[in-house]
Amino acid sequence: MSTQIEGHTIHRYDGELRVLHDMVLNMGAMAQRQTLSALQAMEDQDTDLARKIIERDQQVNEQELRIDEEIVAIIARRSPMARDLRAIMSMSKAVTDLERIGDEAARVAERVVRIFDNDGPGPSASLTRDITTMGKLVAAMLQDALEAFRLMDVERAERMAAGHTELDAEFQSSLRRLATFVMEDSRTVGHTINVTLITKSLERIGDHARNIAEYIIYLVKGKDVRHHIREAGDTD
Amino acid sequence: MNTIDPAIDQPGMGEVGVEAPVSINHTATVRRDQRETVGNITVPDPRMVCRNVNVHYGEKHAIKHVSLDIGSNEVVAMIGPSGCGKSTFLRCLNRMNDTIDGCRVSGEIRLEGQDIYDKKMDVVLLRAQVGMVFQKPNPFPKSIFENVAYGPRIHGLITNRSEAEEVVETSLRRAGLWDEVKERLDQPGTGLSGGQQQRLCIARTIAVGPEVILMDEPCSALDPIATAKVEELIDELRENFTIAIVTHSMQQAARVSQRTAYFHLGDLIEVGETDHIFTAPRHQLTEDYITGRFG
Repeated sequence: MSTQIEGHTIHRYDGELRVLHDMVLNMGAMAQRQTLSALQAMEDQDTDLARKIIERDQQVNEQELRIDEEIVAIIARRSPMARDLRAIMSMSKAVTDLERIGDEAARVAERVVRIFDNDGPGPSASLTRDITTMGKLVAAMLQDALEAFRLMDVERAERMAAGHTELDAEFQSSLRRLATFVMEDSRTVGHTINVTLITKSLERIGDHARNIAEYIIYLVKGKDVRHHIREAGDTD
Repeated sequence: MNTIDPAIDQPGMGEVGVEAPVSINHTATVRRDQRETVGNITVPDPRMVCRNVNVHYGEKHAIKHVSLDIGSNEVVAMIGPSGCGKSTFLRCLNRMNDTIDGCRVSGEIRLEGQDIYDKKMDVVLLRAQVGMVFQKPNPFPKSIFENVAYGPRIHGLITNRSEAEEVVETSLRRAGLWDEVKERLDQPGTGLSGGQQQRLCIARTIAVGPEVILMDEPCSALDPIATAKVEELIDELRENFTIAIVTHSMQQAARVSQRTAYFHLGDLIEVGETDHIFTAPRHQLTEDYITGRFG
């Protein structure tokens, strides 16, 4: 990252960008923890943990506000240009995606509470299988995106943005499987809806992670690859 | 980062208008001994065409093989650190460098196809066609009216009072100054505020019907409000004139120009659409300068 944001004649500008980058990384870690915890809560049927996740979403939102304030201050003070402008734009957009990742993690947690906070039977293992599979993919994507963002590693970001097509494919096949569950046994409708909403949230988290990778490409190369990579990689 | 060859002084270049002019084509050609300019130096509708322009101040090679088109009805901003040659290049465009002892200009500069360094070129007429606004407002020690009417009168563009009144009003309106001064046209131009004086100088420049207006840091002595008025004016003037502006303010270059040229140690390093230059410049030197990493 240092080569991307440092080297200004005004050293304090370097410091301001470093602080901003650290704040975004910190928010990334918060969003990642929320996502992993939500998956853990689902696996452990842990409604207490799920409730904590819902509560903690506020912290992610507050971090977004702090970062936005910092970004506005830097723009006002420094009138960033070129690479600095791209860095600030990328961080600003990444923050929006991280906040939405936090929202999706909280939604997963809400579904966990809805599924397990009652006396009725929980969903079968075969019904929740897709959550486990997709959860692993999402965790890997998020880790990749955040690590690429930490290092401003454009090659890693490019691999990340162009790859990881498994998640989309997995989501599509899970929809087909979940529809089959409903057709076979209408008593599973309630659980199936909750599981479907969770898989949709996981698919969205994957999309946000990929967005973050695309911002890194824009920051480093000045090339806006949004939509291009995804459309080229779309198999639907 | 692009790999570029170091610029090498090329002795023996003929003075403009002395050697046979080279033919103009609209593709960028690059000499082996010069730094390659990143970006397209040509435009589809050029008003001025500069090819392989070199300027020497005695032994100092101040401008090195610079080629650049200046398009019709566009604002071209020239930026770069102090001493990079941007003002020197600007002053070549209406032969202001002719007055500097020891200054030699070579290469080719054409206005609407005409070699401006041709021996037959009337420099006074050239400077009416290619007007100039300077860093510090410099109204004549005359009335506001006379500041504007003087140029058209000496160029024979007006012959009587009513024609003068028409030119003065039109020029002051175009310069956005008419409403502020119409009641006091007989008062000295030097009594106006700095921003008004600068707009008076712009009115004086456009009164003689130029094709190109050169501006050398026209707002550096003005406060932000006066600067905004001049920038607004530049945007309006673009409809009728071609403007080349030298500025140290990158925000100003970004605001007022359609194309930006970055100069560095006498070389034209990069030229391109302003929006592109200030978001994703291609040359490392350009990026370092505009992000404040220079030096």
